[in-house]
Amino acid sequence: MKDPMAFLLWVKGPAFDLALAVFIIGILLRILEILLPGRAPNYAEPRGGEWGPGFRTIVSRSMADSGTFQRAAFNVIVGYIWHLGFLISLLLFVPHIAVFASLSGMSWPGLPNPVIDGVTVITLGALLGMLVHRLRHPVMRFLSTFEDYLTWGVVFAVVFSGYLAYHRIINPYPLALGLHLLMVEVMLILFPFTKLMHAITFLFSRWYTGAIAGRKGVES
Amino acid sequence: MSESMTLGESLRRRGISRRSFLKYCATMTSLMALSPAMGPVVAATLERIRRPSVIWLSFQECTGCTESLTRSHNPSLEGLIFDFLSLDYHHTLQAASGEAAEQAREEAMRENAGKYLVVVDGSVPLANKGYSTIAGKSNLDILQETLTGAAAVVAVGTCAAFGGLPKAKPNPTGAVAIADIVKDKPIINIPGCPPVPVVITGTLAHYLVFGRLPEMDQYRRPKAFFGTSIHDRCYRRPFYDKGLFAESFDDEGARKGWCLYQLGCKGPMTYNACAVLKWNDGTSWPVESGHGCLGCSEPEFWDAGGFYRELSVPIGQSTRTTAYAAVAGLVVGGAVGFMARTHRDTAKRAHEPVSVDQLEQKL
Repeated sequence: MKDPMAFLLWVKGPAFDLALAVFIIGILLRILEILLPGRAPNYAEPRGGEWGPGFRTIVSRSMADSGTFQRAAFNVIVGYIWHLGFLISLLLFVPHIAVFASLSGMSWPGLPNPVIDGVTVITLGALLGMLVHRLRHPVMRFLSTFEDYLTWGVVFAVVFSGYLAYHRIINPYPLALGLHLLMVEVMLILFPFTKLMHAITFLFSRWYTGAIAGRKGVES
Repeated sequence: MSESMTLGESLRRRGISRRSFLKYCATMTSLMALSPAMGPVVAATLERIRRPSVIWLSFQECTGCTESLTRSHNPSLEGLIFDFLSLDYHHTLQAASGEAAEQAREEAMRENAGKYLVVVDGSVPLANKGYSTIAGKSNLDILQETLTGAAAVVAVGTCAAFGGLPKAKPNPTGAVAIADIVKDKPIINIPGCPPVPVVITGTLAHYLVFGRLPEMDQYRRPKAFFGTSIHDRCYRRPFYDKGLFAESFDDEGARKGWCLYQLGCKGPMTYNACAVLKWNDGTSWPVESGHGCLGCSEPEFWDAGGFYRELSVPIGQSTRTTAYAAVAGLVVGGAVGFMARTHRDTAKRAHEPVSVDQLEQKL
């Protein structure tokens, strides 16, 4: 598409609607696919409740245990940095809040743009660090699949294209903004069908882990 | 005004001092991003030129572009230069009408064949030629007829440059931009609704001085005036950078002159010279008066998602899409979940207990 404005209007219009539809259908499909088959009945006498330990585990597992931290300190620290950086720039950048407000009607205060800019740079650095670590670490490289690199690539592309658009490094601006939105749409489409879905399924898996432990009377 | 009179003579007769003229030429040289050394060349050339023939065609438009130029401020050097052009045909401005007007156009075309400029404001309807006619001729026919001996075409205003309001959805007249029709002549677009007056005269001055159209961007706009965005030259930009935004037209932020992004300002995506040249003799411009940029010098600006919605907000049917997708997701997810349940139950029913002895017998 040679016309940057036509490209921007396409990604803001039909392409966004398509990506949003795939995202919502995909997420509901994955969640129902997990929940509807249900769990096998457990006839053992419960030694404790399920709900409390389940929710507690969702929070408690956010902190790496000391063994994991000692074995993979880089993964834990840098992983945390880019996850938090991504969430901050996603949820607290004023133009992003405007998008959420248009979709949900809910709005909240944002951070000053230079703060978001700094967080974005740190996020990009952390993401690059994670990739280098994955490539240099023999076990991680061995375990990595195409999907790992694909999801890293799409997340990096989203953040990096946003950085380029904010700094107006690509001209004209409609092309820069259009590319950023296109990357976001690619991520929305890939989200339900790749490991990006962990952003939602981690809640279920952690709750389930905690609930099983709680029922058995084990501290979670 | 005599046809043989030079621009310098014309301006002197109207009381414009040489100092003012040189100042104008220096400003023009700077605005067109030419080397400062070109200033004297621009002045000398402009002073010597004789009245060029211009045919101004108005199609599906509101006359705002002509108003912008002729009534901007009075008297202006740009206005006087505009007056100096031999406007052999202009619906709004010419005294003649009907057949006499058409005769003037044909005469100008004949006498200045290959040399005259065609300035067009307004889009051309293609759905039905009868939607817009002048003296019984369709806009398309007049344009094609006038173009035959034209040296170059200047599309003034967003309607002529990109189709503008007439082309906005659902485009009932099948309106198109001039560049969609003109394929064999040099053409330049000066969009804006309306365009900044000095951008029109500056582009014409460039053509008169150098005999060719200035350097253009991908939308055929003169780069000198459309090379930077409103956002990059906006005096409210520091507030954008600090994250200080007006959230309504009468809140504290608006009173303090904060950034208008959240009120739908399209400055970040709009390329024009408003922030530098301003309007009404450099008095103000939309953002300075408290209203966001509408993005009027960009293609499709009427259909770009609403003037008061943030630039980042999607322009499609997000609410409807979400509702339909949620229903579809529940149906598809429900079906897949049900199939998984059925599969599990079938496997359970087909399950046959095997004892250790039976297993050992098989091994």
